[in-house]
Amino acid sequence: MTAVQRRWLFLAGMAILAGFYLWGLTELPGFGNYPGPYGFVINRIAVAQTNATGVVSAVNFEYRGFDTVGEEFILFIAAIGVATVLRQLRNERTHESAGHEGLGAGSAETTDAVRLATLVFVGPAVLVGWFLGSHAQTSPSGGFQGGVVLATAFVLIYLAGEFLVFRRFSPIDLVDSVGAVGAGGFAAVGITAVALGLPYLTNFLGLGTVPGAVSSSGTIALISFFVGIEVAAAFVLIVGELLEQTLLVQRGGR
Amino acid sequence: MTGALAAASHVAAITTPFSVPPALMDTLQVVILVLVAAGATMVVLTRQPARQAIALSAYGLLLALMFLAFQAPDVTLSELTVGAVALPLLLMLTLAKVRKRE
Repeated sequence: MTAVQRRWLFLAGMAILAGFYLWGLTELPGFGNYPGPYGFVINRIAVAQTNATGVVSAVNFEYRGFDTVGEEFILFIAAIGVATVLRQLRNERTHESAGHEGLGAGSAETTDAVRLATLVFVGPAVLVGWFLGSHAQTSPSGGFQGGVVLATAFVLIYLAGEFLVFRRFSPIDLVDSVGAVGAGGFAAVGITAVALGLPYLTNFLGLGTVPGAVSSSGTIALISFFVGIEVAAAFVLIVGELLEQTLLVQRGGR
Repeated sequence: MTGALAAASHVAAITTPFSVPPALMDTLQVVILVLVAAGATMVVLTRQPARQAIALSAYGLLLALMFLAFQAPDVTLSELTVGAVALPLLLMLTLAKVRKRE
């Protein structure tokens, strides 16, 4: 097929695609149009039913909690999968037994300014991550966002050029276990409800008396906490494996 | 844009001292949509992978602002953490790994 023929074939395909696309656009509902009653119903009853003013969290961890269990395990398994693949690669190449020496302070040739600027943010990152993860019931945050921010604190330690410190703070076995506790904790909250004779993931804890209080909303806060530590562990695990691949495995290799 | 106002009228409007007038909100939404389109184009046109990862981070920030303008603060937080930080970081690490092999 010549270049000219290819171009005509492309243009014809483009024209057909554009036609269908524009046709589809004409049938779209108006901007901001929301036909279903579900959202309006939730908006009206969620705070009264759960005492959670973070209604998104109430939906994620209560009304659609079963969906979120599935999502959490998707993340868990994805992280395990990445770690497994990377570890296999490492085994293939560490025969040269890459030394750990020189991977401490300054190995990434970070200047003092960079180290200071990154290490200064470690504390705030832990604080913000913890805040986000523990305030799902009162704000639009939640365990997912909080977990990623928490993990960022560990990554900041690495960015400061302290890979060995990063490893010491996040040994793989510990990170694995924390991740498993997070994923399992979520499922266990559901099973506890079953053990109490309630449907799976029923909110069996006290809802508190004041909507919007941090201590309110029962299992929503608990589940958010478990999601937070699971997400943080998964992220630290993936970053740690990638770092190990980058920094250690190739050192003795070539 | 009028559709959004019509739909919003189903919900009782809550006015606070920090409320933004609907007309201004519509303008903000249009501006941020244009910026997002420009940002996406910028990412695609950046051909060097390391720079592209940084451009992607900036684009993630734009997307986060867009979600905020469309009243989805929870998605804003997710996009900030994942789109603007986590994804570019993983890309950079992968690039570092690939380059070392060469």
